[in-house]
Parts: sequence; structure tokens; C-alpha cells
Amino acid sequence: MARILKKEQWSDTIFSMLIEAKDVAKASKAGQFIILIPKEHGERVPLTIADSSKDEGWVQIVFQVVGKSTLELSRMNEGDELYSFVGPLGMPSEVEKFSGKVIMIGGGIGIAPIHPIAKTLKDLGNHVVSIIGARTADLLIMEDKMKEASTELIVATDDGSKGKKGFVNMVLEELLATEADNVDRIWAIGPPIMMKACTESAKKFNKPIIVSLNPIMVDGTGMCGACRVTVGGKTKFACVDGPEFDGALVDFDELMARQRQYKEQEQKALELYKAKEGLA
Amino acid sequence: MAERIKPAEKFKRDRVPMKEQDPKERVKNFNEVPYGYSLEEAIKEAQRCLQCKPAACVEGCPADVHIPQFIDKIIDEDIEAAFKEIKITNALPAVCGRVCPQEEQCEGNCVMNKKGKPIAIGRLERFVADWAREHGIVDEDIDESQKKGKKVAIVGSGPAGLACAADLAKLGYDVTVFEALHKPGGVLIYGIPEFRLPKSIVNYEVEQIKKMGVKIYTDYVIGYIKTVDELVEEYDAVFLANGAGAPSFLGIPGENLNGVYSASEFLTRSNLMRAFDFPEFDTPIQAGKRVVVIGGGNVAMDAVRTAKRLGAEEAIIVYRRSRAEMPARAEEIEHAEAEGIRFELLTNPIRVIGDENGNVKGLECVRMELGEPDESGRRRPVPIEGSNFVMDVDNVIVAIGQNANPIVARSATGVETNKWGYFVADEETGKTTHPKVWAGGDIVTGAATVILAVGAGKKAAKSIHETLSAQ
Ligand SMILES: Cc1cc2nc3c(=O)[nH]c(=O)nc-3n(C[C@H](O)[C@H](O)[C@H](O)COP(=O)(O)OP(=O)(O)OC[C@H]3O[C@@H](n4cnc5c(N)ncnc54)[C@H](O)[C@@H]3O)c2cc1C
Ligand SMILES: Cc1cc2nc3c(=O)[nH]c(=O)nc-3n(C[C@H](O)[C@H](O)[C@H](O)COP(=O)(O)OP(=O)(O)OC[C@H]3O[C@@H](n4cnc5c(N)ncnc54)[C@H](O)[C@@H]3O)c2cc1C
Ligand code: SF4
Ligand code: FES
Repeated sequence: MARILKKEQWSDTIFSMLIEAKDVAKASKAGQFIILIPKEHGERVPLTIADSSKDEGWVQIVFQVVGKSTLELSRMNEGDELYSFVGPLGMPSEVEKFSGKVIMIGGGIGIAPIHPIAKTLKDLGNHVVSIIGARTADLLIMEDKMKEASTELIVATDDGSKGKKGFVNMVLEELLATEADNVDRIWAIGPPIMMKACTESAKKFNKPIIVSLNPIMVDGTGMCGACRVTVGGKTKFACVDGPEFDGALVDFDELMARQRQYKEQEQKALELYKAKEGLA
Repeated sequence: MAERIKPAEKFKRDRVPMKEQDPKERVKNFNEVPYGYSLEEAIKEAQRCLQCKPAACVEGCPADVHIPQFIDKIIDEDIEAAFKEIKITNALPAVCGRVCPQEEQCEGNCVMNKKGKPIAIGRLERFVADWAREHGIVDEDIDESQKKGKKVAIVGSGPAGLACAADLAKLGYDVTVFEALHKPGGVLIYGIPEFRLPKSIVNYEVEQIKKMGVKIYTDYVIGYIKTVDELVEEYDAVFLANGAGAPSFLGIPGENLNGVYSASEFLTRSNLMRAFDFPEFDTPIQAGKRVVVIGGGNVAMDAVRTAKRLGAEEAIIVYRRSRAEMPARAEEIEHAEAEGIRFELLTNPIRVIGDENGNVKGLECVRMELGEPDESGRRRPVPIEGSNFVMDVDNVIVAIGQNANPIVARSATGVETNKWGYFVADEETGKTTHPKVWAGGDIVTGAATVILAVGAGKKAAKSIHETLSAQ
């Protein structure tokens, strides 16, 4: 179970893998995630389901190497088995046929999780405008797949090396300035700071925005409370109440502070691992 | 064969003490605290048993362990026979021998209480189970001719699920257990610390149950990957034993600061994910120099003793009532005291204070006094006005109880839950409002004990067998 069927490297730090997981593929819906443990001594790493095939029995994950666990995962190969793989977890996205347009914003690695939601919305007959962005052209992923999943696609890079120059929230704001009346719903997934900025823009135009939160998780089934976030002044567990929430109600600053919780330990683990494996 | 001593001598003899790790040493490691009896010690203790008929001790045991019979076999020095006697009714003897609240159950009922100390039934059970494991004694294989050709699905692999699985497998059913985590055992694996219940022991007893033909699928969350409704379609009966896993918080300001944990998170990181071996294992844990645990139950004792072992210079229990009302087992409180845990009793937390980076730096508390008894009969703690004070702390661990997790219930059509989200099930049979669904353990009773969960699993197995045989 949970064999790596296919591995691709999309940039210096971004990898895609197809994982054999028949039952998960069959049950999964847009917006849900999995938790995997690369090897026996490993930690539980939550990753969004970027795509899946019920017929072929696989689930796609797209991840960025940020620390020891994602580095170790990136060094596993086709044919290798993951120690553990559980999913689907979390509430599926609430998708429907809207009368107006929907805007889908994916920032950096957030393009992967926005993809299945955009695809589902388009299949439901929606007019999907997608804005995808990255720091630079090399880091932009899934452009073709996003084109397919959208009615219109806008690309932006921070340095202008591809598409518009600037942040995705700026593109959003421009779009809303001319089209706000035609927009029914916005989804934004990416780093918290980007989701916070997009939420600010959406608020200005009084448009509902859904964000997908990625707090530190352990079990992912509502048992530990590690993933708690403040939404509308109430404590919610991102793994079972989310991961998607109304952006206007999310306390992003708390989320960001909580994500930094283990910075020191994570740094130490990464250095030790690199030294042990002889990596630069 | 050891001699059988006269009753007069039995009354004269003291309960054989169990050796344990020196408190000064044990706070530096995660090894088990008590060492267990030697054969000689076990025999000496077993000789005290009066072999009562009927046996009061058995009435106190939710798993109906054949207590006088197995104790008698110890005196015969036939530990294999003693083991088989226990295994007739209890699939988890090494676990139960260690963590059951014996003082309230078998030992609480033991007639020797009238003359002195009860027979150390738990320690003897533990001795027999450990001896059998060390000597490779296994239960007889399942008799293939007993196969019923009927399938039962069990949700959750904690003590309730495992006990039910073992009994049904013995009766010839085809049993599949679905477990959300990557390791089976429930709280035994993720909650109770290594120094009280080594994980190798839980794993061993789980392996024995697998050898009986029980299939255990880990990484399988019912409610997401498959619903209970689907299980009902595919199986002849379904037993819901998913425990009460959702942590409660106090609802005080600052509770989401970095460094505030639920006891479940703290213990899961340490036990299941082996954070105490970080960075050998990848899951990190924070245990600062001063750690406060809020609560007075077994879970609080486990968390505070874990914090101490993770290097806290000061590990403190904050509990709003007095020591007499603490729900933890006396033995756990004594162990914690011996390890230098500080107890701030009659104290209630009201606010967690953070620094500019969102990390915990203090806990504001208020002193309490006991007022009139409330509905539960316990004297109600009331705050003493103006007694507020702040403790400098690096971590706050909240151990004030668990709630029902809704994932399973919301995928189970026709299975009634009460207002707290627990399944409504008949106490004697585990039957729910759905004719093909049974439920038991913490998800019916709320947080309780291992042996009550085992008992619930056994009752459900019996009822499932009766129902399916009648069809
Ligand atoms: C629901 C959800 C979906 C996610 N989807 C994706 C995805 O599709 N692609 C992707 O690249 N990343 C995704 N993430 C983030 C991913 O889980 C973390 O990047 C990863 O766990 C980092 O592990 P590490 O050991 O390599 O890094 P570390 O060095 O351990 O941590 C680096 C940073 O990653 C975050 N992090 C660490 N551990 C966890 C954890 N257990 N859970 C969540 N965040 C953690 C923290 O912010 C931390 O500071 C998702 C997170 C969540 C909660
Ligand atoms: C820290 C701690 C210490 C304790 N100490 C003691 C003690 O010393 N003595 C004592 O007698 N009792 C003790 N208890 C209480 C005792 O452990 C519980 O009462 C007992 O484990 C309940 O058993 P259970 O089988 O009902 O549930 P659990 O042990 O909770 O097992 C439930 C299992 O179901 C799984 N599950 C949940 N949802 C799903 C799902 N959707 N799909 C699949 N699987 C699912 C869970 O992952 C878990 O493995 C302690 C509890 C804790 C938390
Ligand atoms: S009640 Fe006590 S003395 Fe009597 S049989 Fe049970 S353990 Fe032995
Ligand atoms: S990750 Fe444990 S409750 Fe959400």
C-alpha cells in the first residue's frame, strides 16, 4: 500500500508524486488532504490532495521542501513505499453552480490545492477565473493543468519573469475594481500572508472569500487540538472543521505565530539530517 | 509446587511489595517504573489468597477474569496454566495488570481488605502475562471448524475494539478492525506513557489478537474513507469503539498561544510519535523549564510526569479542588509526588499570558476554597477574591477531559447519539438504535477506564454472537 508510482521534480524545491492508494482515491473530494509518514521514525506530514484517479487508484501530492520531513520525502523514489498514508481527511470544499464568476487564487505551492477545487467548479459549469502566482517563473507550477481547469487564467510573478509583475492579491484587487459585481465567490490558497492579503482585498469589495488553512497538525482527526485556529472569535480545529474557512473571520496572525512553534527544533533536525546524509 | 499455607498464616502475611525504579533515576528516563514480581514473589503473594467461593474479587472485574483459579495455578508453579485461565476471558492481561484501577475493582472487593491489604491481583495478572510473553506461550489456535461465515466490522482498535475482536474471533467470526492512526491500541498507544505501559507490551498483545485471525487496517478513518452506513451494508454487524478523543479546553484567554497543549497532543507527540527521542524521531515537542498541567485526573498525572522526564525543572499540577477530590488513582498521585511534582491545589487558572512572539510566559491563577456540595456531592470550589497571582511558565498543558469526536457519528444514519454526542447503547448488550450496530467503550460512557472498555467490548461480542446465531 501507498507506493510511489511516479515522481517528478518541478523546480529546485517542488516535487509531485503519484501515490498508489485505491481507497483514498475513491473516497477523496476536492479540498481534502492526506497525512503521510515518509519513514518509520518520521513525523505526520499533512499534504493536500492535488488530483486523484479513481480508475487508476492513485492520489497526487505536490509539496515544497521546507524541512527535514519534506526533504526526506523528496529523496524517496518510484517503487518505494511510504511508512504510512491516511486520508482523505478534512471537510470537502463546498462547491456549487454559482450564477456569477468564481475567482480561484493559488500562490506558490498553493496552486496544487486550488487545482482540484477549480476543476470541480468548472465541471459544475462555473465561469472560473484563476490567478496563479509565484516568486519567479521557475517556481510556477501546474500552469497547463490550471489552464484546463479555468475559463480564464492570469499568471503573475513577484519579479515579472512571467505574466504580470506583482503579487496575486494585487491582480485580485485590479480584477475586483472592474468586475466585482460579476463575482460570486473567491477561493485563495497559499502562504498565510498571501491569504491574509487576498482577504483584505476581498473585504474591501465585500466579497466572500474562502481560504484553506495549514496549521501544524498531528493526528488530523480531531483528537489532539494542535491545529486549532481562531475563526470568528471561536476556536476551531482546522483538520475536522476545515481546512477551509471564511477568510474574513480568520485570525491569520495567530496562525502564523503558531506555525513558527517548532522553528528551533525543526532547524536542528534539518541540520542533523543533512550532516548524516552528506547533503550540502 | 509451592505449599498451600493455612488461613491463619495468610492473615499474618503482608502483601508482597513490588520493586520499582528509584524516583531520582526514573525522572531521567522513560523506562517502566515498577519492575514486576519475580516468580518467588508472585508465589508468596498468591499463597495469601483465600480462594473464596463465590469470589468477591471476580464480581468487581468487568472482564470476569477467573481470579482465584489463576492465582491457584501460580501456587502450583504452573504459570502457563495460569495464563490460559486468564486468557479465557481477557485478551489484554499485561495491559490490564498494569493500568486497571484495581483498588476500585477486583482488589477493592477482595475479602482480605477486612483483615489488612487485599491480594495484589493486578500485579499477579501482570506477572503471569509477562512470564507467558517471555516464555513464548501462546493461546491455542482457533478451531477452524467453528467458522461462522459471518463478518463483523469494528471501528477503533482501543481496548473496547480489541476485546470485542478477540471474543468474536474465538467464536469463529471473520473480524476486521478499522483504526484511524497508524498504530493499533487506542489510548494504550497514544495516551498512556511508556513509563507506565511500555508500547512493546501493547504491540505484543495486539499481535496475539491478530494471530487469532483478526484483520486490523490502520490508517483507515471511518467517516471519511468509508461511512458507517457502508460498513452496515458490507458486514453482518458493526461495533463502534472509536473512543472519546476530542480534547476539551478551558476557554480562557491566551489558550491558543504557542506552548499551550491539550494533554492529548502532548502525550500523542511523546508516546505515539516518540518525540521524547527527538531528533532520532522527527516529531518535535516543547517542554520548557517550568511546565504547568491543569487537571487532577490520571491524564494530568501522565502529562506532568512526562513533562518532568522531558527535562522540566519544575512540573506543576494546578487543580481547583483539594487533594481528596483529585480523580487520579492514589498510586499515580503518590508516584508523581515521589518524582518531585509540585501540587498547587485549590487553584484555578484564569488567563494564559504570552510574550511578543506569541509564546507562553505566564499563567494567572486564583486561589479557591471549598463551598457547599454541588449536585455531584463534591464541595464546590469558589474563587477567593483578590487572591490572583501569576506563575512564570513555559508550557501549559490542559488535561480537563475529552469529548466525543463527531466524525464517526455523522456517517452513521439511524444510530442515535445523546446531547454530548455519545452513542446511545444498552449497558448490558451494547445495542444501539440501529439493529446491525453496537457501540461501547469511551464513546458510550465518556472517558472511563481500560477495563470498562474491555468489558463493553466483551458484552457487545456476546450480544452480536447471540443476534447473529439467531438469524
Ligand atoms: C491541511 C494542510 C495541507 C497542506 N498541503 C500542503 C501541500 O499541498 N503542499 C505543501 O508543500 N505543503 C502543504 N502543507 C504544509 C506541509 O504540511 C508542511 O510544509 C510540512 O509538514 C513541513 O514539514 P517539514 O518537516 O519538511 O518542515 P519543518 O521543518 O518541520 O517545518 C517547516 C514549517 O512547516 C510547517 N509545518 C511543520 N510541521 C507541520 C505539520 N505537521 N503540519 C502542518 N505544517 C507543518 C510549519 O509552518 C513549519 O514552521 C499543508 C499543511 C496542512 C495543514
Ligand atoms: C492519558 C490517559 C491515561 C489513562 N490512564 C488510564 C489508566 O491508568 N487506567 C485506566 O483504566 N484507564 C486509563 N485511561 C482511560 C482509558 O485509556 C480509556 O477509558 C480507554 O482507552 C477507552 O477505550 P476505548 O476502546 O473506548 O477507546 P480508545 O482507547 O480511545 O480507542 C479508540 C480508537 O478508535 C480510533 N478511532 C477514532 N475515530 C476513528 C475513526 N473515525 N475511524 C477509525 N478509528 C477511529 C482511535 O484512533 C483509537 O485508536 C487513560 C486515558 C488517557 C487519555
Ligand atoms: S476475594 Fe481476594 S482472597 Fe478471595 S479469591 Fe478473590 S483475591 Fe482471593
Ligand atoms: S490535528 Fe489533531 S485535532 Fe487537528
